Amino acid sequence: MKHRFTHRMIEARSLTKDYGDKRAVDELSFTVRPGIVTGFLGPNGSGKSTTMRLILGLDAPTAGDVTVNGKHYREHAAPLHEVGALLEARSLHGGRSAYDHLRALAQTHGIPRRRVDELIDLVGLHDVAKKRAGKFSLGMGQRLGIAAALLGDPSTVMLDEPVNGLDPEGIHWMRNLLKGLASEGRTVFVSSHLMSEMALTADHLIVIGRGRKIADTSTQEFVSRASGNIVLVRTPQATELESQLAGPDVTVKTIEPELLEIRGLTARQIGEAASSHQIVLHELTPQVASLEEAFMTLTRDDVEFRTLTAEEQVA
Amino acid sequence: MSSFAQVGRLPRLPHTGRVTQARVLLSEWTKLRSLRSTRWSLLAAIVLTIGLPALFAAVTSSHWGSMSPHERADRHPLDIALAGVNVSQLAVAVLGVLVITGEYSTGMIRASFSAVPKRLPVLWGKTAVFGAVTFLLMLPSVLIAFWASQAILSRHHILQTSLSDPGVARSVVGGAVFLLLTGIFALGIGAIVRNTAGGIATFAGIFFVIPPLMNVLPSSWNHAISKYLPSEAGRQLFSLTHDSTSLSPLWGGLLFAGYCALAIAVAAVLLVRRDT
Repeated sequence: MKHRFTHRMIEARSLTKDYGDKRAVDELSFTVRPGIVTGFLGPNGSGKSTTMRLILGLDAPTAGDVTVNGKHYREHAAPLHEVGALLEARSLHGGRSAYDHLRALAQTHGIPRRRVDELIDLVGLHDVAKKRAGKFSLGMGQRLGIAAALLGDPSTVMLDEPVNGLDPEGIHWMRNLLKGLASEGRTVFVSSHLMSEMALTADHLIVIGRGRKIADTSTQEFVSRASGNIVLVRTPQATELESQLAGPDVTVKTIEPELLEIRGLTARQIGEAASSHQIVLHELTPQVASLEEAFMTLTRDDVEFRTLTAEEQVA
Repeated sequence: MSSFAQVGRLPRLPHTGRVTQARVLLSEWTKLRSLRSTRWSLLAAIVLTIGLPALFAAVTSSHWGSMSPHERADRHPLDIALAGVNVSQLAVAVLGVLVITGEYSTGMIRASFSAVPKRLPVLWGKTAVFGAVTFLLMLPSVLIAFWASQAILSRHHILQTSLSDPGVARSVVGGAVFLLLTGIFALGIGAIVRNTAGGIATFAGIFFVIPPLMNVLPSSWNHAISKYLPSEAGRQLFSLTHDSTSLSPLWGGLLFAGYCALAIAVAAVLLVRRDT
């Protein structure tokens, strides 16, 4: 049972989408694999939502191609069993109750009424299921969207900014849900502009900026690659240490008279160098850049509407 | 509010079914009946279809004594019985537009097309369900309007007619067919325009603005063109008398049905091609 969903994935090949003169998605190629949570990361306006609409066939690509489980989404006989999607843009009629909304979607696939009730319970909307969805809070709307996505017991779950509007309790719930879905062998593809959220949820990251792929790597690798080796060293013999460590790939920045920020060496190399020259260290701390910083470093040039930094504004 | 904290496991779905036209039809029926706008529009259509003839019958009855012979000769019982159709067509058309534009304005269309990515079954389903509901409500409504107005007029022994008189049954049923086709035409317009205000405005332009503009043309042109307009052609379904400036009920009805088919066909082509 656990392996029911193996060999199932999303595959994009040189996927490209233009809206008029503007290129929203640019030659994007990637594979989203089953059994793990794949984060789809990018600043706002980088093409994440467009890519997801292309996957669902809501928009047609200008060039390139994307398939789900080996076929174009449109060609599947029972698409809700293949992909369950939550789009960032609201996708329900506010005049309809949550129950009727799910019921209408379920009926297209002959999914029984009982399933609708189960999902309403699962997402905790039981008490408001008969109320008009237009009166729902953002968080309740998200839960209804999740219920709709999971209606068909899909092998692939694709969620666009799912934690938007959720309270901390809801975010925690979402995180566990995603991990649970992946551990069942499903393909889980989640977009976000919140790096911290992805660090806790995603095993693998596909990072895009201005529609282009910037990185396609494990979350761990992404952080370490982007951060480089930064080590904070506190020593009363700062000048001495600095001269001992000097090398072509090493930069040393003096933060305080006794505090150095060293780039290009590991904590181990620094510690051993200090020991062999009998330099006293009071602190030796490797700095792991946060995912947030790693992301900023990588996408710095790709943010569409970047706000000017203080220096740039002065200049 | 029920708790959201513990993660229930997603229950498995033992059987998986494919999308069929019959299932999409059922889904569209659920969508249509679960909205207030449906109930209000159809209620308005029923009240107008029945209420206006009853009102006109009562007014005509009470003024009959003071009417000139010429004025009396000008009155026809069917004009009274079907007076509501001219007004309720607007309620039906607004609902026809809303059936599809409501999905675009709310974003529901993305959910609909994700569930049915081939898209056309959604258009066929909407057209069939909305058409069936409209006709099944409007046919009894025009019949009730006929009998009610006749019953009011019969108390004064004036303007009596019967469904067995020539053209009367055809006109009464034709009124319901006209409302059905008007709704479908409006649905097609809505699917092309994809915007509620734009859809209603386009419909109103074709039905209520263009016809009177024809009077500005030389009358020979006006007579040559007007009878082929959708509203004029459709009206022949429920008007009793016909002359050289109008089409016959059959040809008028067929032409109007042709306009509906055209609107739906254009909508279908655009629906498949356009981004959502």
